Amino acid sequence: MSKSLGWRAAIVAVVVLMSFIYLMPSFTSDFPGWWSNILPRDKIHLGLDLQGGMHLVLEVGSEKAVESHLERVVEEIKRDLRKSKIRYVELKRLGNDRITLTLMGPEDKDVFKKMVEADYPDFEEVSVPGEGDHPSFDLTLLPRAKTRIMKMAVDQALETIRNRIDQFGVSEPDIRPQQDNRILIQLPGIKDPKRAVELIGKTALLEFKLVDEEHSVEDALKGNIPPGDEILYEVTIDPKTGRETKVPYLLKRRTLITGEYITDARVQFDNQYNEPQVSLSFDARGSRLFEQITGQNIKKRLAIVLDNNIYSAPVIQDKISGGRAQITGRFTTDEARDLAIVLRAGALPAPVKIIEERTVGPSLGKDSIEKGFKSMIIGGLVVVIFMAIYYGLSGIIADLALVLNILIIMAGLAFFGATLTLPGIAGIILTIGMSVDANVLIFERVREEMRLGKTPRASIEGGYGKALVTILDAQITTLIAALVLFQFGTGPVRGFAVTVSIGIVAGLFTSIFGTRIVFDYLYVKRRMKRLRI
Amino acid sequence: MEFIKAGININFIGRRNIAFTLSAMMIIATIFLLILRGGPNFGVDFSGGVLIQVKLDQNRMPSEIRSALAPVQLEDSIIQEFGEEGQHEYLIRVRRTDIELAGLGDKVRQALISEFGQSVEMRRVEMVGPKVGADLRQKALFAIFYAILFIAIYISGRFEMKWLMSIVMALSLAFVVYIFSSFGMPVTWLIVIALIVTLGLCWVLRLKYALGAIIALIHDVTITIGAFALTEREISLAIIAAFLTIVGYSLNDTIIVFDRIRENLRRFRRRPFEEIINKSINETLSRTVLTSTTTLIVVLALFILGGGVIHDFAFAMLIGVLVGTYSSIFVASPIILVWEERFAKRGKSKALPSAAR
Repeated sequence: MSKSLGWRAAIVAVVVLMSFIYLMPSFTSDFPGWWSNILPRDKIHLGLDLQGGMHLVLEVGSEKAVESHLERVVEEIKRDLRKSKIRYVELKRLGNDRITLTLMGPEDKDVFKKMVEADYPDFEEVSVPGEGDHPSFDLTLLPRAKTRIMKMAVDQALETIRNRIDQFGVSEPDIRPQQDNRILIQLPGIKDPKRAVELIGKTALLEFKLVDEEHSVEDALKGNIPPGDEILYEVTIDPKTGRETKVPYLLKRRTLITGEYITDARVQFDNQYNEPQVSLSFDARGSRLFEQITGQNIKKRLAIVLDNNIYSAPVIQDKISGGRAQITGRFTTDEARDLAIVLRAGALPAPVKIIEERTVGPSLGKDSIEKGFKSMIIGGLVVVIFMAIYYGLSGIIADLALVLNILIIMAGLAFFGATLTLPGIAGIILTIGMSVDANVLIFERVREEMRLGKTPRASIEGGYGKALVTILDAQITTLIAALVLFQFGTGPVRGFAVTVSIGIVAGLFTSIFGTRIVFDYLYVKRRMKRLRI
Repeated sequence: MEFIKAGININFIGRRNIAFTLSAMMIIATIFLLILRGGPNFGVDFSGGVLIQVKLDQNRMPSEIRSALAPVQLEDSIIQEFGEEGQHEYLIRVRRTDIELAGLGDKVRQALISEFGQSVEMRRVEMVGPKVGADLRQKALFAIFYAILFIAIYISGRFEMKWLMSIVMALSLAFVVYIFSSFGMPVTWLIVIALIVTLGLCWVLRLKYALGAIIALIHDVTITIGAFALTEREISLAIIAAFLTIVGYSLNDTIIVFDRIRENLRRFRRRPFEEIINKSINETLSRTVLTSTTTLIVVLALFILGGGVIHDFAFAMLIGVLVGTYSSIFVASPIILVWEERFAKRGKSKALPSAAR
């Protein structure tokens, strides 16, 4: 018995030592060099509710991504038909899973069918009754292709958003996909939530379109929009008065060039007024295209459109070669910087919608930590004193187990890289109250044994033995509840489940295994006669 | 020191009808309150909407804040003082989900600044879209359901060595839930049906310990929900965590009594079941009271000192611990007795089914 005592004490000593090692980084940051090479460096992660920050859930409009994919396919088919000299009456997208096509004459039917089979494996083509002898087809996007496109849209959006956030500069952002085309973003310590939302949520589809100067805007506003045209607005907000002005423009619907050719975007200051502007650089293909467009449209106005808002519509003075362009507008420096970031990171494949947003200010987080720890210390002290009074020496032994338990919970958080949240602190506090339960059960049993007239040593043995099964049964059910909570919970609630789970397991170790060592030492090795319990 | 003297023998079981009446009254009051209020008072986590916690420069009347929000068409928001006195903190709740929620926090900030000056501090903004709210609600209900299911399996397996039976129960329950969910039944009703089916199965499969434990924990959570309805508190995600903890705690207490019943059944084979149950409750009474005391101490510390964000969570735990302690003495074990009496009447050949094991 006393031989195994040494071994058991050694196990507890190792656990205590390991706990201290894992907790070290959370309390001090200057270690000797050898430390960081072999020993843990991670601090306990604080949840957003404790350190302040922003939690966002975005929904990627994947249906929209499918639509634009179909639009692109329509353009491709048009090109292919032209190449194969097949004439058609109508070719367009129908909803978000079909393209409908009507050929001029039946003689091209077989050629077309072969073309679809060879070049468009994502589609299933079915003949439908057409008008007269024009053969009609429906090309239906296969469900698995649709799923693939939607998934790709989410992946791409995730990548783009990650790029934007990296360039914006947030320490330790957490960006991950979730089910149902959602993306979860956690930005600790963010100061300006509004700016972050604008940066992340912007689709940033940059398009260059010609202004239609042959028709009047006034006429179009009355409803007479010429075919192939559209009305978009230039919205400016006066920074002083906050007043919004909207100027309508009549644009040719066709996009001449998009932001996908952009290799770089930087903030520059205009020489004359020192106003910020964003300068763009195109890649080789984009430069050629831009040169061509500007060359063909000299003296016409080219509108720079971002997400269907016109930023400016300068007159093309000359052919622009070299692949550079400027976006001017009434920017603040921050706005210009953010615009440059989104243009560099690229457009989102589909618009995103913010469906959940939780922001905690840094001061509230600090308050929560303070109050949480204050209630933990006061509640803990009262329990410790209570146990010492009620059970005497044995109560103090149980208190030691309790302190060790809290130490292990904290170290466990660092070890598993788990996050401490406000409900997590509540979980630790609850553990304080509930983990003495094991010792209460044992001590009550020991008292019962003593009433039967047994010696201290025999009473302790009997008490531990009989209480063990009960303790396990009781704690396992709480553990089940905590684990279910971990599986289904999110964010802060998960933090609660983590601390409670670690607390239960650590509690079993400290209050059964740990306290037994002290009792065995006192009553087996030192043969103490009086048992104060 | 001793609160409860050894050899204490209070006749708890004999007073079970008083306890049953009291419990029934509390549960009926809860149901009545819920009907009156039109269902549980869900927070933004579940109902969707926006919750904003602001700190202002000085005390303001809710009506002042409401009129400050008029320019952004949010004058119908619910305004509530929050946290400690003298902190000038307020909660603003926007229940509507028909408006664009993203960026609403900033709009509110602008509106408050133009009315109360630059010292307005946005401490917390929680915006939950209606779809997310519905998802979270579903997740939370399933969490409660699975917790109860797993615990039922564990108790039946552990206490009556009927692992096979409890797995049969789990499978048939999963089947029933699957059938109903394929009819597009809303999750709330699904859970209610699942609970009723669980209780029915426990009855039919003679899993009496599981029956007692599950009734006790439904009892505890229901009454806690009632206390929330009575004090007009909102049920948020953290409160669901508290409910699940109450489930765990209530069981913890119940199991310790059950354990003693099982032990005493082995020791005193000839004594009547009623006496054994009462003896077991008395023998564990000291422990029940002590653990409840230490848990109440910490929960009370959290309730008083923990600050506004955790206040409701601590309240739920407070009620849960009190009701949980009560139910493990007055509800869970007497239910077993009731079941045993009924069952013994039907099957005379097994007069003492448990003792005969």
